[in-house]
This record gives sequence, structure tokens and C-alpha cells, in this order.
Amino acid sequence: MGLVDNVKEDGFAGLEHNFITGKLEDLVKWSRARSTWPATFGLACCAIEMMAAGGAHYDLARYGMEVFRASPRQADLMIVAGRLSQKMAPVLRTIYDQMMEPKWVISMGVCASSGGMFNNYALVQGVDQVVPVDVYAPGCPPGPETLMHAILTLHASIENGEILRRREVSPTGGAAITVEQKDGQTSGATPVLLEAR
Amino acid sequence: MSDVAEDATEVVAEPEPLLIHGHPATDDGDVVVVFPAKAELLALATQLRTDGYWQCLDLCAVDFLTHPTRPVIPESVTPERFEIVVLLINHSARTRLRIRVQIGEDDLTCPTLFRLHPGTEAMEREVYDLFGIAFDGHPDMTRILLPDDWEGHPLRKDYAIGRIPVQFKNSIAQG
Amino acid sequence: MSTTLPTSAAPTNPPPAISDASQLDAALEHLTSDASVLRWSETEAEERSGYQAPTDEGAGERMIMNMGPQHPSTHGVLRLVLELDGEVITRSKPVIGYLHTGMEKTGEDLTYVQGATNVTRMDYASPLFTELAFSMATEQLLGIEVPERAQWIRMLMCEMNRLSSHMLFMATNGMDLGAVSMMLYGWREREEILRFFEMVTGLRMNHNYIRPGGVAADLPPGWADEVRRVLDPLPARLEEFDTLMTGQPIWRERLQGVGVITAEECLALGTTGPILRSTGFAWDLRRDMPYLRYDDVDFDVCVGTYGDCFDRYAIRLAEIGESIRIVRQILDKMPAGDYRIQDKKVTPPPRARIDESMEALIHHFKIFTEGFKVPAGETYAAVESPRGELGVYIVSDGSGKPYRMHVRGPSFVNLQTLPHLMKDSLIADTVAIVSSVDPIMGEVDR
Repeated sequence: MGLVDNVKEDGFAGLEHNFITGKLEDLVKWSRARSTWPATFGLACCAIEMMAAGGAHYDLARYGMEVFRASPRQADLMIVAGRLSQKMAPVLRTIYDQMMEPKWVISMGVCASSGGMFNNYALVQGVDQVVPVDVYAPGCPPGPETLMHAILTLHASIENGEILRRREVSPTGGAAITVEQKDGQTSGATPVLLEAR
Repeated sequence: MSDVAEDATEVVAEPEPLLIHGHPATDDGDVVVVFPAKAELLALATQLRTDGYWQCLDLCAVDFLTHPTRPVIPESVTPERFEIVVLLINHSARTRLRIRVQIGEDDLTCPTLFRLHPGTEAMEREVYDLFGIAFDGHPDMTRILLPDDWEGHPLRKDYAIGRIPVQFKNSIAQG
Repeated sequence: MSTTLPTSAAPTNPPPAISDASQLDAALEHLTSDASVLRWSETEAEERSGYQAPTDEGAGERMIMNMGPQHPSTHGVLRLVLELDGEVITRSKPVIGYLHTGMEKTGEDLTYVQGATNVTRMDYASPLFTELAFSMATEQLLGIEVPERAQWIRMLMCEMNRLSSHMLFMATNGMDLGAVSMMLYGWREREEILRFFEMVTGLRMNHNYIRPGGVAADLPPGWADEVRRVLDPLPARLEEFDTLMTGQPIWRERLQGVGVITAEECLALGTTGPILRSTGFAWDLRRDMPYLRYDDVDFDVCVGTYGDCFDRYAIRLAEIGESIRIVRQILDKMPAGDYRIQDKKVTPPPRARIDESMEALIHHFKIFTEGFKVPAGETYAAVESPRGELGVYIVSDGSGKPYRMHVRGPSFVNLQTLPHLMKDSLIADTVAIVSSVDPIMGEVDR
């Protein structure tokens, strides 16, 4: 039957929407956005800032995300935090493949997004060579505020369906949203002027 | 090299001719550097250990292929392309000592210090991985930092850094 | 003002336990055998997993198990290949290289001013120490002397960094053993210190603040109050950690007698830092080969007795107290003066002068494009980082970039103790042991 085939292919989107199924799909997207559990993939310095985001001051628990699942089977968000070396790339792909759909990837830091300051033989120049990335968070390392901004951007685009639309048209398979760095906002930091005297 | 400053190749202090356990050495007031032949390295390290240099802090290699001169080296020692630099420490005397062994391109091997200082196991594997110098008698002469099937030895001067041209990706900015 | 903590670490200076090299020979025998280290290649380990190995009681089954590189408790991307007899580890091998970034090769491509940005990312929990060692090596080659105030500022920043690194140790050590609230307390203290760093250097981590010639910027006004604000609550909080952990029976059961190593083994393996001090061998570069102005401040070297994980934890807890003591002395003794050397060939001119003087503009241009030239030679400079002796060996060819820059990362060498610490212990102890060695994979793999 056409209806069953449609549902099998596209999920709720396959139904010709009436007001009930439209609301159901919104409910699904709403709950997906609010129950992302990150997988531990901290590699280098960015991992320390990711842990700081999970700490008491920049609390990730307010989004329900303080439980970093060690097992990829239980996680749906992979935050690749740090530089990806050539030896680690197959491991990253294995962990990504072990995660279950729907899954999202945040590339945290410049080394994960593009190779960063290490444009050399040892690093993969951007994890999007290995996994499809949905949000790029710049910074070296991005502070917890930037990471949270990236997470909230991801949540917003899950909730309004933008992420799936972007993924369809993207060459890499990921939504490829870049966010701005937003550090120093809550600590009231003033810029340090070098060589002022 | 035209961009090297004129006074850059002058040595800082005139080294005194010196022998440590029969091997030529230099002493610039800060640290003593000994230059044994490759075959004498283990014997020298054993004698130094009896002298009080109980711990080997570091073992690394340098590739002098594109170096215009050479850091201070006694005249009796023939410089080769590679050098193995061993750093020892004497805790009672509170001094460090460096050993520099010349390794020629035609024979990229060096006797291992593993039997005397087991801590050199990982250091020698790193030198093998990044320079291609094998250590005779090492229990596990395999790559340590790079994947096992990597070709080439990256820290050599004839291995390019591997820079790729920067491309701007097709990502959609969102503020 | 020092905190007195009921720990098993006795803050005194006992004589070295070793008087001559022959005492080390006994350790060499079993360190060089295959008793603890599993020297197999990866393919071999895969093929032979589950092989029948002869044991004392006859044929027994040994299993090869892999722990990492993606694992919540291996402190970064460390992979441990374990040979198990039931739950007991007979042999093991740490496999590293999963974070190899080619930093030593990149270091040859960057000028000496840029070099600090590269080395700072090696030990990312205590970045200022690597910057300091690199700057000290460059200054030795240049033959320049850094002004007084710069030395004291460097010492202040390094001791604050030691505090934040040991707080990270407290947090991760606690969490690895199940005291999850310690994770939150440790990060809370770290946040305060990172806020101080942000105020002074502009960044929370990887500061690029200590550069050849001095430091990048002077301490801002109000820095002393900020330091006092950070330090004042700490003694009370350290008491809290003590109550939470040190006296607690479960903590003691899990850490005491676990991962024991002797001083002879440490010396043979090249180990330095809290691991060496936990065996009773009192060696701390700050006291024994002083650099900066450590001979102008009073502090004790914390030493253990049994060489087990509990000693290493107690040493680091006591070192937090000692660092607080040093920082309070620096607050009183900080001199006025230049925060960097006034040598025009090495330090860039102040930004305002570039508009006025052609010479200043040219110096600025030359320093930031070609870099300042460093005379040819070789040198080694070392500092006492929270993990051990952190050294930088630079060979210079007279140009603006190092010809060879090698960093002696303490964690790289200390990791070799792991198979010997883990021998005949349980897998649960592995987590405690790796945590007590406190490796940072950035400086292991570079």
C-alpha cells in the first residue's frame, strides 16, 4: 500500500500531513533536540574545555547533556574535540559507525574543523574527511561558551528540521553550519593588550 | 644562506680540548658534551653510570643534512649526517651530561642503551619511527607514533612537512 | 602559610635511598625481561588473542584485551593492550601515537616567536611550563638575561598553572575511582584559576604568554587582589577534599599498595616528577637545579614512602599546598620593572611607537615575518612541570627558525612505568594506576 510504503521510506514525513501527524513530527523533533547525549570523543586540549563545559560553572546538565556516554551505542551526539591524527582516523570512523541513527556530529575546535595550526603530515585536515559534520565550532580551544553556542545551534536546527534539509543538499552529508566564537561573554573578560608599553 | 646574520655562526665560547673516559669532549661552562664512536657508546654509558650518571633523561636524533655548520664539535670527530643525542643526569653532583654519537647515512644503526637504561626503549623507538635509525639489540624495534604501515621517516630533512593548500569549505555561516 | 594535611607524604628532604650504581642492577634484570611488557606487534596480538600459555599450575588460558584508545578512563587517547589471566593482568603494553601531531616538525617551520604557540599545545593541562622551557632554551642560545620582574611573573604564572594542573589531577583521579563529586569540585577550583589566566593572558588555555625575552604583557592592575581572591578559599576546600578522600576507607583500599614502584626502577626507566618522589627519592628541579627565582622562595619538596598510588595522590595534594605557599611569597616579593627584555632585536617595539619611528616599524616587521636570528649552537633547558622534568633541546643554525626542536615530555617517559606498575594487578586497578601516573597524551605523542 502506498501509505505504508511512504511511512517505511520517510517516517512521519511520508504521511500526507494532517494536523495530528504534523504535531507528532514536531514532537519527535522537539524530543530529539532535548535528549542528545554526547559520546566521549575528547582527543586533546579541546577535551579539557569540553569537560569544563560539563562542570559546575558552564553547566551542560541544564540541557540534559552532562552524561557523556562512553559507549557509542547509547550516544547520539559525537563532539570531536581535538586534533585527529592519521592513526586515530579509522578509530573515529569505527566509533561513528557504531552510533545509531539519528546521530549528529559537532566538530569542536579548529584542529577538528580544518587541521588548525598543524597543516602537516600527521593530522587529518578536518574531521569532515572522515565523518559528516553538522556544526563547526571555531576556537583554539573554543571556550565552553562557544561549545554551548554550537550545541544550542544544533538543537535549534534539529528542532526546526533545518538540519535534515541541509544534510540532503550537502556534498559531505553533514549540515556544515559554522558558528561564531562567543568566549569571554559571561566572565566579563577585557581584552589583554600586548606590547602596550 | 643569505638570510643568516653575519654574527650567527660565531661560537659563543671557545671549547677546551678535553677527554672523558678516553673520548673527545667539550665543556662550554654549562654542560659537558662527549663524542664517543658508535661502538663505544654502551661502554661509555656504563662507565658514566658508575660515575654517578644513573639516569638517562632523553635520547633523540638530529639530521644535519641542511645545517650550514655544526654545533661545536672537536676536531678529532668526523661529523656525519645524523647524530644521536643522549642526555644523562647525575643527581648527587646536580649536573647533566650530553653524549653525541655520529651516525653515517651508509650505516643507519646504533647500539641500544636498553640493557643499561630500560627507559630508552620508547625513546629509541621514536628515533626509529621518525628518523629511520635502527638500534641493535632493542627488544621491540617497531614504529611507536605513526601507523605501522607508514612509509618514510618524517623528521628527516628530505621529508616535506606535508602542508596542503588551504581550501575554503562550502559551509554555511550562521551567527 | 602552609596547609598541614594528614597525608602519608612527609614533606622533608630525606637522603637519597641509593648510594651507588650497583643497587640499580637488580632492577635492570626484571625491567629488561619480558616479565611485564607485552612486546608484540598489533597483528600478532590480534592473531594470538585467547592463546594457551603455560602457567605455574599447568596450561592456563591468557586473553589479550584492548583498552582504548576511545575510553572514558584512559586520560586521552591511550591504548593499553592487556594480557589477562582471568581478571589479573600478567603483561601489558601501552600503544601510543593516536595524538601524534608532528609538532617537532612544525616547530622547525615556525619562528622562535611563534614557537611558543606550538609547544604550548603539547602538555595542554600545564601549557605555561612548556612555553617556559622553550623560552629558556631560546634565551640560553641568544645569551640574554630576562629582567627580574619577568622572572617573577613567570614563576607566578607557572605556580598557578601547577595549581590548575593538580586540580585537574584531583578531579580526574576522583572520577576514575568513582568519587564523581570530586570531578565537579576540581573543575570548580580550576575555573577560578582559569579566570585569573584569562585576566592576565587573554586566554583560558594554551596561552602563548611566556615568550623568549620575557612575557607577552605585563600583569594588569588588580592582579594581586585577583590572586588573593583565588587563593583565600583554597585551604578550606583542600580540607574538604581531605575529608572526602584521604581519610575515606574505600579510597585508601583502592589506592594503598596499588601500583608500587621502587626508586631503582624509576631511575632505570627515566621517570621523574611525582612518581619518582613517591618512592622516597627527593628530586625536584626547582630546589636541586633552580631556575627562575626558586632559590629566593621557601618551599618544601613533597616525598612519599611506599611508591604506591596513594603516595602519588598525597604528594600532589601536598604540592598544591606548597604552590599556594610559593604564590603568597611571590605576592610580597614581586619587583617593579620591565616585563620583557628591552633588546630591540628580540622583543617587538610597543605598538604606539610604530606610528612614530621608522626603525620601530622595521624591527616589528622583521621580528614578525622572518623572526629574530638566534646564534648557531645547541642547548637544553628543563623545568619541573607537574608531571616531571620537561625539557626542550634546540639545535639552531643561525636563522630565525629552530633547526631541530625536541621536547622531552615527562609523560612520554613516565608511561614506560605502566607495564611494571600494572603487573599482577586487577583491571580495576589499571584505572587507578593510569590516573596516578597522570599522563597528558599531547606531550606523549607530540
